[in-house]
Amino acid sequence: MKQFNFHEAKSVKEAVKAASKNSAFLSGGQTLIPSMKLRLSSFSDVINVKNIKDLQGIKVSGKSVKIGAATKHAEVASSKDVKKAIPALAALAGGIGDMQVRNKGTLGGSIANNDPSACYPSACIALNAVIHTSNRKIDAEKFFKGMFETALKKDELVTAVEFTIPEKSAYIKIPNPASRYALVGVFLAKYKKETICAVTGAQPVVFRSKEIEKALNNNFDPNSLNDLNLKSNEMNADIHASAEYRASLVVTAAQKAVINCK
Amino acid sequence: MAKIALKVNGNKIEKEVADNTLLVSFIRENLNLTGTHVGCDTSQCGSCVVHVDGKSVKSCTMLAADANGADITTIEGLEKGGKLHPVQESFKKHHGLQCGYCTPGMVMSSIDLLKTHKNPSDEEIRKGLEGNICRCTGYQNIVASVKGAIGKV
Repeated sequence: MKQFNFHEAKSVKEAVKAASKNSAFLSGGQTLIPSMKLRLSSFSDVINVKNIKDLQGIKVSGKSVKIGAATKHAEVASSKDVKKAIPALAALAGGIGDMQVRNKGTLGGSIANNDPSACYPSACIALNAVIHTSNRKIDAEKFFKGMFETALKKDELVTAVEFTIPEKSAYIKIPNPASRYALVGVFLAKYKKETICAVTGAQPVVFRSKEIEKALNNNFDPNSLNDLNLKSNEMNADIHASAEYRASLVVTAAQKAVINCK
Repeated sequence: MAKIALKVNGNKIEKEVADNTLLVSFIRENLNLTGTHVGCDTSQCGSCVVHVDGKSVKSCTMLAADANGADITTIEGLEKGGKLHPVQESFKKHHGLQCGYCTPGMVMSSIDLLKTHKNPSDEEIRKGLEGNICRCTGYQNIVASVKGAIGKV
């Protein structure tokens, strides 16, 4: 790993002030540190934000679950409040990486990194999340821009994510057996007026499958997706799965999600 | 350079480390606690697992500077008064190791697993040890070792 200056930020203000063109915010570091070790990235300054008080904690109100950006996956997975309000979100957090990654990795770090195969972005989209940052609020639909690309400015820090509680929801991940990242992950959230189907892992960035949503809005039943063939030309293809296979997996995962919706 | 003060296996330690020092390098090279191993160095194998404030983490994927103020336990800190920890004892009894390279990480992860799951099923044990790889593929006895330590952690 190349040399850098380590900063311990005690407040959001302090973290933002220390940020520059060549700095990175360190939260759980479960992606940042491996990528620095492999020299895929290097920074002059690394700003530790995981101990900032304003970035901690889980708050459930009548309509939403607000989770501090530095909350670890293991905390979300075991939170009684999250399990009660949005069980699919707790289950999603409990399936990220492995136990050690979940003990260190954080919600804010995951969405700021926006890995195309990460789980959390699909929850943000399906649960109409609002991303709170050091200076504004961003709708999830406008936050995830492209592969590893978000609406965040260099000196902008995610402080919390506010998820809207649905009537019921489910997250189905078809994991890569080695990395446990999503080959395909489908987050389905059923609201009074509509069903939202957010898909991760299948394209360069998380997206809503309008075809699946249309079919499920007509009839919320796994069989209503039986004859659905998604176009494969925009799907990712790699050594783990072809584009056609991913297109098929999205439908299968969505059907399983309907069955498991609670 | 970062000045860090932390507890390792109950001992108070104050040292200065380069900002880019990994926790595992600090443990092995500065404290000479070489029971914590480096297997892959890419956060995949889990042989570097230690406990930070009671939770298992991969020490190759954490900065030493980030451990300032933490309470750390390594494999060397498990033994009490010359007696092995119940999980170590169970690994010995069930022969939960072949070459032994992954064992320190396996033991540290197993303890965390048994703290969060009081009576895990075989499946929960295998899932709980997802972050640890045994390249001798000796998983059968590793699972038996964890089962043998249920109720003793």
